[in-house]
Amino acid sequence: MYDIEGIYQAKNVQDAIAALVRQPDAVVISGGSDVLIRIREGKLAGCRLVSIHNIPELKEIYREADGTIVIGPGAAFSHITKDRLIQTWIPVLGEAVDMVGGPQIRNIGTIGGNVCNGATSADSASTLFTLNAVLELAGPDGVRQVPIAEFYTGPGRTVRCREEILTAIRIAKKDYKDFFGKYIKYGKRNAMEIATLGCAVHVKLAKAREGAVQTGMYAPQDKKYVEELRIAYGVAAPTPVRCRETERKAAGMPVGPELIAMVGKSVLEEVNPRSSWRASKEFRVQLVEEMAKRALTEALVRAGVPEDVLNPEHTPNNIQNDTRKYAENDAGNQAENDAENHTKDSKREEKRAGGERNA
Amino acid sequence: MGVGAKSVRVDAYAKVTGQAKYTADMMPKDALCAKVIHSTIANGWVKGFHLEEALKVPGVVKIVTCFDVPDIQFGTPGHPWSVEAAHQDVQDRKILNQRVRLYGDDIAAVVAEDEVAASRAARLIGVEYEELPPIPEVEEAMAPDAPVLHEEKPGNVLVHSRLTVGEGDFEKSTSGEEGLLILEKTYRTQRVQHCHLELPVSFAYRDGNGKIVIVSSTQIPHIVRRVVGQALGIGWGQVRVIKPYIGGGFGNKQDVLYEPLNAFLCLQVGGRCVKMEISREETFVSTRVRHAITCHVKAAVRPDGTLVARKLDAYSNQGGYASHGHAIVANLANVFKQLYQDEKGMEADSYTVYTSSATGGAMRGYGIPQADFVTEAMTEDLARMLHMDPLEYRLKNCMREGYKDPHTGITFHSYGLKACIEKGREVIHWDEKRREYENQSGPVRRGIGMAIFCYKTGVHPISLETASCRMVLNQDGSIQLQMGATEIGQGADTVFTQMAAETLGFSEDKVYIISAQDTDVTPFDTGAYASRQTYVSGMALKQTAQILKGKILAYAEEMLKRPAEGMDISDNCIVDAKTKDALLSMEELATEAFYSLSHSVHITAESTVHCKDNTFASGVCFAEVEVDMPFGQVKVLRILNVHDSGILINPKLAEAQVHGGMSMGLGYGLSECLMYDKNGRPLNGNLLDYKLPTAMDTPHLEVEFVELEDPTGPYGNKALGEPPAIPVAPALRNAVLHATGVAIDSLPMDPQKMVAAFQEAGLI
Repeated sequence: MYDIEGIYQAKNVQDAIAALVRQPDAVVISGGSDVLIRIREGKLAGCRLVSIHNIPELKEIYREADGTIVIGPGAAFSHITKDRLIQTWIPVLGEAVDMVGGPQIRNIGTIGGNVCNGATSADSASTLFTLNAVLELAGPDGVRQVPIAEFYTGPGRTVRCREEILTAIRIAKKDYKDFFGKYIKYGKRNAMEIATLGCAVHVKLAKAREGAVQTGMYAPQDKKYVEELRIAYGVAAPTPVRCRETERKAAGMPVGPELIAMVGKSVLEEVNPRSSWRASKEFRVQLVEEMAKRALTEALVRAGVPEDVLNPEHTPNNIQNDTRKYAENDAGNQAENDAENHTKDSKREEKRAGGERNA
Repeated sequence: MGVGAKSVRVDAYAKVTGQAKYTADMMPKDALCAKVIHSTIANGWVKGFHLEEALKVPGVVKIVTCFDVPDIQFGTPGHPWSVEAAHQDVQDRKILNQRVRLYGDDIAAVVAEDEVAASRAARLIGVEYEELPPIPEVEEAMAPDAPVLHEEKPGNVLVHSRLTVGEGDFEKSTSGEEGLLILEKTYRTQRVQHCHLELPVSFAYRDGNGKIVIVSSTQIPHIVRRVVGQALGIGWGQVRVIKPYIGGGFGNKQDVLYEPLNAFLCLQVGGRCVKMEISREETFVSTRVRHAITCHVKAAVRPDGTLVARKLDAYSNQGGYASHGHAIVANLANVFKQLYQDEKGMEADSYTVYTSSATGGAMRGYGIPQADFVTEAMTEDLARMLHMDPLEYRLKNCMREGYKDPHTGITFHSYGLKACIEKGREVIHWDEKRREYENQSGPVRRGIGMAIFCYKTGVHPISLETASCRMVLNQDGSIQLQMGATEIGQGADTVFTQMAAETLGFSEDKVYIISAQDTDVTPFDTGAYASRQTYVSGMALKQTAQILKGKILAYAEEMLKRPAEGMDISDNCIVDAKTKDALLSMEELATEAFYSLSHSVHITAESTVHCKDNTFASGVCFAEVEVDMPFGQVKVLRILNVHDSGILINPKLAEAQVHGGMSMGLGYGLSECLMYDKNGRPLNGNLLDYKLPTAMDTPHLEVEFVELEDPTGPYGNKALGEPPAIPVAPALRNAVLHATGVAIDSLPMDPQKMVAAFQEAGLI
């Protein structure tokens, strides 16, 4: 039983704003996967709620004529992941929000709530940072556009006023076209988890510069240099952060192990992870470097760079065969298990294919 | 049909469709709601309360505090009562406590018309404390100037015990011999919580007889009755406990948790029904946990691989109250002793120490998961020191066929330990994998490890083992089967049904088991714990079935005018014992017995077994892992448990039981740990921050059995309930050691700890 003093179901955005103005202690609720927890914990017990849960225009995902993708903040995570536009143009965002909690939470939790909650650990946040997302806020004084990099002001705090509603998340075409990305969520388990650290990378490759020496053997020939790199972290600081200096250094660098090593080291200068009982600073620092390297590597692979060019020592060098080679003759469970693995592999392939459609 | 069949659970359809009723399903709509007020300091005294604001909240009926409860101390563990004072459980808590011994201690309670009113009032209660320094860890509690948690135990040591085998003294056993290799190490295990799906929940009301009726989610209804009687200072017969279906317990509900408070609150509001639903967060902090135990060990081996002598000093963190107390670490020392035999001897000193942290209680394995971690990590380290294959080392030194414990006399009757090792070795391809994973380099490496274990079946001779059963024949030739033993999700009802069908010659659909226990109606049994029910309660069932069968055949003798000795029961019919020809259906016999004008009798049987036997179950876990060193992560590639648990009553259920235990073992090994800060305040008592593995973290679980008939089990069976959780964590630890060469000597092997260890070893 939740201790809620009252709930108002808003009919549209203006109605919600009016209700918030009318009730100076009311709180916005959308999916409820954060607000209800705080009510249960007693922190918001006895509160008044203004629900924007059933406002249809807040749930839409569409592409404007100039290619800008607009995500309704009321869109549930699972809807974003399954959305055709997202899958086609910014699949990384769909993958990132697919790592939130578990299936039930992804069906109810919304991307707008994820952002407005102000948490540095939000799974959508670092990817939105690398996409230069712009947040549209509507309030009693009108509508304003806030770049996501200016939205967060501290742990659990944003520039959004209490009576403002997030009405759209906008991503311009120049911020996703020809970018390939990867989000890594580091958690202590594979589901029902808040990130210990999150790292999002988007990279756009350029043709070889005129007259540059061709060193690599890999194809395609037109993807040799970094035109633009964007890298952002969650939980590496009190708010999500972009590593702009690293991005500047990477621009123009040839693709290869040196690039990855540089990025891994350089990001350490730009983040400020803290020690808490959840994870020590030393541990987070180790992850910051490793995740940058892995996320960038995967983003480059998705961009068409062959894996062995990037990380020749990644796989154990003396284990040639899969662990199950001895089990081939074992009947029953084994066959079932292999079938399962096969399904997982083909899912991974699908995801990768989704990434390539981006080109 | 019968023993050995893969029968569908008797409660499967009821549970899937929602017909099965749990405690919360049965609550009267007008029940009042109680909420416990917990201390927000870890050590000290409650000096007073400010209740004025809380009492003003609309809907509040009553607030009781630690100053209002009976001045009676009682113990809570689900042990059989002992009529000898020296063997009775430690009685060290009251229904609510003025002396605060842990953060989250129970100090007051609100009773209100609904949960919102109770919670609002609870937030408005002010408490005045006198604080003492928190002592959440053993070292702090044993320090010379540490505050005393229980005045009966100055120094905070609840019990210190010592056991020896052979020469005992480690220094003496090893000082005379040249060339011995000596290992000296400290291994640590952590606090974990059971995380049963259904939270502790109960409701209590006074019935027309003036009895207090408590409906509760418990593993031990008859023990709850006794403890509520003791805590309230009333006759035990004045208490009636009803146990419906329950959603898991894993030992936490082998403790009397909130039933005494629930009964007390009911009496405080004139006998009205009061319900208590304990939250997950309260369950973590204020119910019971698995004891964290630190073990300092020494071991001496000869270069040929012979284990010469061992020494163990074990310190068990008891938390604020005694609960199951020293029984846990005593169990640890016993398994340390039993699993390997030292040529010269061993010695073990065990300490159970009160600390200001969550109370340690019973949890699946009861000290043996801790014992197995220390024993099997040490064994692995010894084999490594000797450059010996750890499997061969185990075969050379592990407990042998016919082993008899020198202290308890428990004997390994049906011996499948080495057969389990050999079976697992083959299935997992041990020898090939050990070779293949030698000399790896790179950041991601693979390894394979193992751990063996043994586990006794039930609590004889440490404690009383008694069980009873009742069978009642219906007119249509079916029976009601009533057990004092409890179904807690493990499948007891199903295997009891199979046993009854087997011994009676009935089909399973003619056996109606009454799942719920009601202490006013159900025959006496101490409950679900110690992996005892198929063994001990199974004995009571078999004996009762034989009595009932005898009565049925005697009645058949009357009806058919032929000697009972020449007849048998098969497929619900009286048959000719030799030819198996059907002579009379059970329905005809039963109807006649009920309504016969010449000899009417209601055919029933009820009996008690006082079990004075025990045997060892055993087994092994093999784990194959891939360690991602820069990320500190362990991926389990294969994991296999092989169990020696005697004859399986239901192989499908047995396999499921092993899956569940392995899953608990994976969490114990890799991620679970209830953490405290230096102020004794729990940090992660919720399911987000406490890393219980999810389905996404669980690999394919492989299970094998070595089925040997145990001569002491009623159907050749022995313990299986707890064993699957025991060997998983040390097998994982040993696999990580094989992969990386890094020995992790404490649980859990979480990523931060692993990264630090790999950094220290220069691997990343």
